Amino acid sequence: MKNRNLILNILGISALFGVLRLFEAYGSEYQVRILDNMGVFITLAVSYNLVVGVCGQLHLGPNAFITIGAYTSALLTMSPAEKQMSFIITPLVWPLNVLHAPFALSLVAGGVMAALFAFLISFPVFRVRGDYLAIVTLGFGEVVRVLANALQSVTNGPLGLKGLPPRTNLWWSWGIAVLTTLLVVKLINSSYGRAMKAIREDETAAKAMGIDPFRHLVLAFMVSAFFSGVSGGLLAHLITTISPTLFTFFLTFNLLMIIVVGGLGSTTGAIVGAVLFTWGSEALRVVESDMNFGLFTIPGIPGMRMVLFSLILLLVIIFARHGVMGRGEITWNRIASGWGALAGRKSA
Amino acid sequence: MTATIFLQQIINGASLGSLYALVAIGYTMVYGILRLINFAHGDLLMFAAYAAIYGSTLFSLPWFISFPLAVVATAAMGILLDRAAYRPLRDAPRISLLISAIGASFLLENLALVVIGGVPKGFPRPSVFDQVISVGELRIQIMTIVTPVMTIVLLMGLLYIVHRTKIGKAMRAASKDFETTRLMGINLDWVIAVTFLLGSALAAAGGVMWAMKYPQVNPFMGVIPGLKAFIAAVLGGIGSIVGAVVGGFLLGLGEILIVAFVPELALYRDAIAFLILILVLLFRPTGIMGEPMIDKS
Repeated sequence: MKNRNLILNILGISALFGVLRLFEAYGSEYQVRILDNMGVFITLAVSYNLVVGVCGQLHLGPNAFITIGAYTSALLTMSPAEKQMSFIITPLVWPLNVLHAPFALSLVAGGVMAALFAFLISFPVFRVRGDYLAIVTLGFGEVVRVLANALQSVTNGPLGLKGLPPRTNLWWSWGIAVLTTLLVVKLINSSYGRAMKAIREDETAAKAMGIDPFRHLVLAFMVSAFFSGVSGGLLAHLITTISPTLFTFFLTFNLLMIIVVGGLGSTTGAIVGAVLFTWGSEALRVVESDMNFGLFTIPGIPGMRMVLFSLILLLVIIFARHGVMGRGEITWNRIASGWGALAGRKSA
Repeated sequence: MTATIFLQQIINGASLGSLYALVAIGYTMVYGILRLINFAHGDLLMFAAYAAIYGSTLFSLPWFISFPLAVVATAAMGILLDRAAYRPLRDAPRISLLISAIGASFLLENLALVVIGGVPKGFPRPSVFDQVISVGELRIQIMTIVTPVMTIVLLMGLLYIVHRTKIGKAMRAASKDFETTRLMGINLDWVIAVTFLLGSALAAAGGVMWAMKYPQVNPFMGVIPGLKAFIAAVLGGIGSIVGAVVGGFLLGLGEILIVAFVPELALYRDAIAFLILILVLLFRPTGIMGEPMIDKS
C-alpha cells in the first residue's frame, strides 16, 4: 500500500510537471501567467490552512508574512547598483545596500524572516483565542503595512521597489507548491498534526491529554509563516514591482475565501480552492468588461468580481459551511476505493 | 507648546474620541450578547455617511431631516445585516460567524464601490457647524464641540434604555447568560435585533459626524475608524457601555496628543492604536471597566 502510494505520488507529480512543460512550450504568455499565479496561491492557501483550518485559529495576518518575505527576497536579488538608484529619498541602510544573493537563497531568507517575525508575535497572539486572536493578527498585518510605508531606509517607503528580476516561472512556483504541500501533509499526519487537530476540537481536553497548545500553535504558525514568506518572494519576482499597498487585508480576504470554499482543514480542499480562485478571477473578468451581444451591449461593471467573491464567501459559510471538501482529503486510497470517498465528508 | 495649544489639542482629542466612543458602543453591545466582533460595524459608518449625502443632495432635504433619516436607514441596515449574515449561524461554530462577518463587511464595501464608485464624495456640511467661536486665544469650530456633547446625550439615552426599560433588562440578561435567558421565555432574536438597531443607530450618528469632520466619503472610509473603535471597546473593557465610551475618549486623546507632542510619529499613527490593543490584551485583558469574560486560554 505504502509503496503503491509512493509510486502514484511520483507518477502524479511527474504528470503535473509534464503538463507544465507542455504549457511552457506551447501555452500563451497569458496561460503561463495564470499558472504561475495558481502555483503561488496553492502554496499560500496550503500554508494558511495549516493555522486556520487545522489548528482552528482564525489568523488574519498572512499578508504580514507575505510582505516580509517579498521585501526580504526583493532586497536580496536587486543588485547594489539598482538599489542605489531606487532609494532616491533615503539611502538604504547598511548591510542591505551591499548584500546580493541568488534567487533561491533570497526565497529562503524571506521565509526565515517571516518565520522569525511569526515567532516574535506568537507570544502576544497566542495569549488570546477566537475573535481576539483574529483582531490581534489583523493588527499585526496593519502594523507591518504601516512600517513598510514609514521605514524608508529599508523599504523605500510608499515608492516601493521597482524593476525586480522576473525570476518566478512555472518551475519555481509549482515546485514550491508541491514541496509545501508534501511537507505540510507530512506535518499534519504526524503526532504534531494530530495534536493540532485536538487543539482545534477542544483545547481543554487536549491540555488534559498532555498537549501543550502554545508549543504546537507556535510550530504551525512558524511553518505557515515560512511558506507564506517564500510565496511573498515568489510574488515579488512575478509582479516585479512591490509597494506597501500590494499586500493588504484584501489578500488575506482572498486566502480566507479560498480555504473556506475548499473546506476549512482540508489540504486538498485548499488546493482545489486556490485553483478555482485563480481560474475564477480570470474567468470572471467577463463581468467587468463590456459584453457585446450584437444588437445590444451590457456594460461591464468594474469591481463586480469582488462583490461576487464576497457573496460566494457569505453563501458558502451560511449554507454550505463545509465547502467543497469538508475536512476530507483526496488521497490515493480514497480514489482507489471509488468516488464514495467524496461523499464521506464528516460534519464538524 | 503653550497652554493654549495644549488645550486646543485636548479638545481635538476629545472630539475625535467621542466619535470612536459612539462606534465602540455598537461593538461592545453586540460582543456582549453574541460574542462576535461585528466586522461590518465600521461599514455602517460609511453607509450612514452616504445615506446623509443622498438625502441632502438627491432629495434636497434640509440637514436636520436628512441626518436623522440616515440614522434610521442605517439602523434598518444593521437589523438586515443580523438577519441575513448572523442569524442563520446562531448555532454554528464561532469561527463561521466571524468569517460571515468579514464576508458581510467586504460585501458592503464592494457593493458601495460598484454602485457609487470609488471617487471620494464631498460631504455637504451645514454651514451652522462651520462657525468658529473664540474663547480667549482659543478658536474652536462648533463642530468640534458638537460631537462630544452629542455623544454624551446619546450615551445618557442609551443608558436609560439599557438600565430602565424591559428590553434593556432582557439585553443585560442575554449578555450574562444566553441559554438561561432563552429558557426564561425571552425572544432572543428580538433582543438581538434591538441590540443591532441601537448599535447601528449610534454608529450612524458617529458616521454622519465623522463625515462632517473629514468630508471625504468613500466606500472604505469605515474600515480604520471601525478597527480603532473596536480597540477602544477592548481598552474600555468589552461588554461595558460606559467602558466603551471611556476607551473611545482615551484612544482619541492619546492619538492626538502623541502626534502633537512627537510629530515624527505621525506616520505611525495607525499602528499606535494596535500597539495599545496588544498591550491591553497582554497586561489587562479585561480592559479598564470590563468584567472578566474575555475568551482566553
